[in-house]
Amino acid sequence: MKRARLPGIVFVAAAAGVAFVVLPLVALVIRAPWSNALHELSKSSVRTALIVSLEVSLGATALAFALGMPIALALSRSAFPGRAIVRGVVLLPLVLPPVVAGVALLSGLGRSGIIGDALHALGVSLPFTAGGAAVAAAFVSLPLLVLALEAGLSGVDTRLEDAALSLGASPWFALSRVTLPLMRPHIAAALVIAWARALGEFGATITFAGNLRGRTQTLPLAVFEVLQTDPAAATILSLLLVAVSLIALFSLRGRFLVQR
Amino acid sequence: MSLDVAVSLSRDAFTLDVSFSAAKHETVALLGPNGAGKTTLVSILAGLLTADSGRVVLDDDGVGRSVGVVFQDRRLFPHMTATDNVAFPLRARRIDKHEARSKARAMLERLGLGDRTLAVPRDLSGGEAQRVVLARALVHEPRLLLLDEPLAALDVRARSEIRSLLRVTLAEFSGVALLVTHDPVDALTLADRVVVLENGRITQEGTPEEIRRTPRTPYAAEFAGLNLFTGALAPVDDGSGLLTTPDGEIVVAWPDAPRSLVPDAAAIVHPADVSLFLDRPEGSARNVFRGPVAALSKEGDRVRVRLATHPALVAELTAASAARLALREGTHVWASFKALEAKVVS
Repeated sequence: MKRARLPGIVFVAAAAGVAFVVLPLVALVIRAPWSNALHELSKSSVRTALIVSLEVSLGATALAFALGMPIALALSRSAFPGRAIVRGVVLLPLVLPPVVAGVALLSGLGRSGIIGDALHALGVSLPFTAGGAAVAAAFVSLPLLVLALEAGLSGVDTRLEDAALSLGASPWFALSRVTLPLMRPHIAAALVIAWARALGEFGATITFAGNLRGRTQTLPLAVFEVLQTDPAAATILSLLLVAVSLIALFSLRGRFLVQR
Repeated sequence: MSLDVAVSLSRDAFTLDVSFSAAKHETVALLGPNGAGKTTLVSILAGLLTADSGRVVLDDDGVGRSVGVVFQDRRLFPHMTATDNVAFPLRARRIDKHEARSKARAMLERLGLGDRTLAVPRDLSGGEAQRVVLARALVHEPRLLLLDEPLAALDVRARSEIRSLLRVTLAEFSGVALLVTHDPVDALTLADRVVVLENGRITQEGTPEEIRRTPRTPYAAEFAGLNLFTGALAPVDDGSGLLTTPDGEIVVAWPDAPRSLVPDAAAIVHPADVSLFLDRPEGSARNVFRGPVAALSKEGDRVRVRLATHPALVAELTAASAARLALREGTHVWASFKALEAKVVS
């Protein structure tokens, strides 16, 4: 047998840590009014929230990818002055309280915000719309997406990209035929992570887009609302989110759970 | 048609400053030790690095996109089949997919890989992968073919195979071929002309024969001033083989000899390992030749002696030994070396 590398106390502490994560989730399962589950889930308000959640989270993922892919490429494949600063700024929403992100979005893209004014003149109004909810979710999931894409890019051998260029490929051709196909699994993983983050977004969404049933009320917002009047129903909705998250996590399998 | 290179570049303490040219149909070897600046030069010629000053001109024209590169580390695209790897330079030039693939298959067939067109790189053997790399470098009929250590990553058997293939391919190639290598055997067996690169500078240029006969620097003497024999190698008895060159035969040590003949092999013998005698030597050496001294050159306390034996030999001895034998041009001597001292390199 291999000699133990760690003191026993570390394993005890680690087990306590795992329990810390697992216990509340188990409690959720135990406390759920299973007999009412189908009834709760079939309520039209739940269905509406689910549909809004899917629309908002998928829209947010698409937006974050459109913005995040170029950022990840620029950060990992070029050297420009202030690169470290740009990287820090892009990652900021990761540590920012989501409510603050919502307030920031309001002052930027809100009706009276810096760009919001111009957007409004163009007929685009984001606050308190599903689009706004997607923007808020994209804002907070962007850093995770950029981090995951950067990890993927660092796994693509730049010598292959050099080979493509010296064999006559344009930068665009090399990117689309070599770099992107080689990081396809990482792109998929990054999208799942960003989507899961967008799906769970609460603070920035409620601040920037409000809590309008059928328009901006996503599942997390619905859970929060229902919790005040009907805790049992909130438990069921929470379990629905746990299930969706587990599916997302499972679809990542080897990528981030094991390899990294 | 010709290639003219005159570039200089400084990085930290290293300075590369070279100029040379090569003609159409010619294979020029850039031979140099590690750290001589070969990789830097390859990067410049492949268009991946810009020199501080100078130019690379092909046909009174920039090299532009007419380069085919065989990379030292192959760099096959792992997510593409052999065919799509080879079709890549054509696709990059906006040639339609169907035509690109059919040209790629034809090129693979020409290089003896007609049955591996759909294999992905990780399923190819070393020799097969190297053929795909070569096909990919040739498929768009580049005017400059850049071969960066094309034999370095191969085992003995594949080396011999690819060396033969390169010889045929380079003979048919109509553009300028540049072979970058640290291995004098590659340079001497494949190139029409050798450019020796040391410490970022060219120290000697000439035909392989000239470099071998009259190396001008210690490096060239040590590595290129070797006795090189090429030809068919056949196993004779346990642990040795007979190498038949166009100019005579030598016996070589061949410990891991396969049962069959290797049609295109090379062996080297260091000049210092060749002993000279005035009378027929009696001893264990299995390679004994007799012939006149064709030339003598003194380098410090050493003398290089060229012998018109069959095959021709270069021996290196101390000035004292040369004086003791009273060697002059035309003196008939016996030369010998042991089979063990002939190293099979492919």
